[in-house]
Amino acid sequence: MSKNNLSFKDLKKLSKQDSTALQQIKVALLGDSATQLLATSLQGIAVARNYALDLFEAEYNQVERQVLDPTSELHSFNAQITVIFQSTHKFLTAFEAMAPQERTMAAEKRIEFLKDAVSLLQGKIIIYNYPEIDDAVFGSYGNKVETSFVYQTRKLNFLLMQLAQENPNVFICDLATIQNKFGRDFCFDSSVYTSTEMVLSLDVLPIIAARTMDIIASLQGKFKKCLIMDLDNTLWGGVIGDDGLEGIQLGHGLGIGKAFTELQLWIKQLKERGIILAVCSKNNEQTAKEPFEKHPEMVLKLDDIAVFIANWETKVSNIMQIQSILNISFDSMVFIDDNPFERNIVRENIQGITVPELPEDPADYLEYLYSLNLFETTSYSSNDKDRTKQYQVEAKRVSERQHFHNEDEFLQSLNMISEVEGFTKFLIPRIAQLTQRSNQFNLRTIRYTEQEITDLEANNEYKNFAFSLEDKFGDNGMICVIVMKKTDGKEFGLDAPALFIDEWLMSCRVLKRGMEHFTLNTLADYAKENGFKYLIGEHIPTQKNSMVKDHYVNLGFSKMQDSENRFVLAIDGYENKKVFIQKA
Amino acid sequence: MDTKEILKQVEVIFKDVLDNGDIVLTEQTTANDIEEWDSLSHIQLIVEIEKYFKVKFSSTEILSWQNVGEMLLAIQSKLG
Repeated sequence: MSKNNLSFKDLKKLSKQDSTALQQIKVALLGDSATQLLATSLQGIAVARNYALDLFEAEYNQVERQVLDPTSELHSFNAQITVIFQSTHKFLTAFEAMAPQERTMAAEKRIEFLKDAVSLLQGKIIIYNYPEIDDAVFGSYGNKVETSFVYQTRKLNFLLMQLAQENPNVFICDLATIQNKFGRDFCFDSSVYTSTEMVLSLDVLPIIAARTMDIIASLQGKFKKCLIMDLDNTLWGGVIGDDGLEGIQLGHGLGIGKAFTELQLWIKQLKERGIILAVCSKNNEQTAKEPFEKHPEMVLKLDDIAVFIANWETKVSNIMQIQSILNISFDSMVFIDDNPFERNIVRENIQGITVPELPEDPADYLEYLYSLNLFETTSYSSNDKDRTKQYQVEAKRVSERQHFHNEDEFLQSLNMISEVEGFTKFLIPRIAQLTQRSNQFNLRTIRYTEQEITDLEANNEYKNFAFSLEDKFGDNGMICVIVMKKTDGKEFGLDAPALFIDEWLMSCRVLKRGMEHFTLNTLADYAKENGFKYLIGEHIPTQKNSMVKDHYVNLGFSKMQDSENRFVLAIDGYENKKVFIQKA
Repeated sequence: MDTKEILKQVEVIFKDVLDNGDIVLTEQTTANDIEEWDSLSHIQLIVEIEKYFKVKFSSTEILSWQNVGEMLLAIQSKLG
């Protein structure tokens, strides 16, 4: 949401670039005002982020017809994502057309339409909320009057949040916060509106497009998972090695210490939301940890940090080490550092990592970081907050592994227990989230919503498993998801019933633990007990899942004829793999 | 600034916004003469011209110009 990013002109140029090599996403854009330039902006920002939008733009002001008519172009386009942009202007016009006593229902009427839209549309839906227009008919008194426009607009935005809460496929793109940040005069240009029916200024278009793209990218599994922090002059003022514990600036009250405290409070919230925190500092480890242990005003504690690296190596090599422990991609990491030199070195040497250009004055850090909207997400579950602990445990496991002579001995010592369940109600949010997040150990990379997961479990044609894994260091939680379609085998050219593995994904946290063997044993047992003769697996290659390209071959499947990526395992003659995991 | 000078600078903006380096503007040029110049790119041109010359046009002005020459006069009068 930063102003100094790409301009509309830049986006227009990007939108014309050849994007055939990029991942395509089918997006429909419906608006009740002129949306051509918004469409151009969306296409441009997509290219800037390595996507190509296959965009359907509805004719001007056809939102209702396109949505409600099942034979419309929108429905036959079959978008993965539909963006609905109904403007506050048109809402005001509709409001004014109502009899005064009807106006109490203006917000609810609009929501009724959107509820219909949600039930009629396939795929994900992004709804723009409503930046306020203060029509000043009642002045501030409008807050007390249900028939005021301000009252109905705010109510509508509130009802939209509820709509999104009730429908896992619905996401709100928060135009209202954009207008809060930049002001109405920046977002709306009356002469542009008069001559084009466009309610957005050219200057705000790139910001709105970026916010929309944040959601779209997140739906593709691309979002930030980890924040890596420098310490001196980033988390506190001053240099701990020089200024000492009493000398660093930190804490409430007047002065710059407050800026650092508030930054830490924000970071703590991110951690509680599930963002993994790591420290990367040029310091002696003991010195670097001292404030975390002893400074009364430190908000962040050692407990909050999943990986803590303080030494005199380069930040590049330290960040690489953090990456190898966390096992997440660099493009899901954000690195904050006050030092422009360090920022540049990291930016130049680690591809994909996001390095915000922090302002010089620490007092500006927080507002600047807010403006970047770095941590957009399209899912949240209460398990997220435990993630730090899991990674801390993983760091411990890594050091423990070095003490054993062989892998079996190590695995044995872990006392691993796995619980095998179907998609229970309790697990559904986490399962959906795992299908959204996991990119590497993901054989077919099918993204499911909570609703789709619920439907799968109810569908007799499918058999699903969710695995959790616990060991002596702690609980990894739910770490593996299997979706299998029951088939008679014929469509695969087989002579007997077969289970097609529609999805097999695992959290990378539990690699090298024998979990894939335990999983396969479970699937084979199920197949045996239910009369299925074959398991069929498929690998759909993506940019990120090459680690599993030999997954099925490694497990003893053989390549099927006439297919590049399909593999089959005969159940008769399958011998259970040796594992060190007990079934709960 | 005389209109010739303004014309030169406006031409640069046209080439940039419309992404066409071959555009040659005269005072007689109208939207019919340039393929990329439609109502939507018109508003982009206006916004860029406003930013460049640090002037602001009224919406009536924006819709009233018959050709580039009239636009140049409007810019000139705002520059004073």
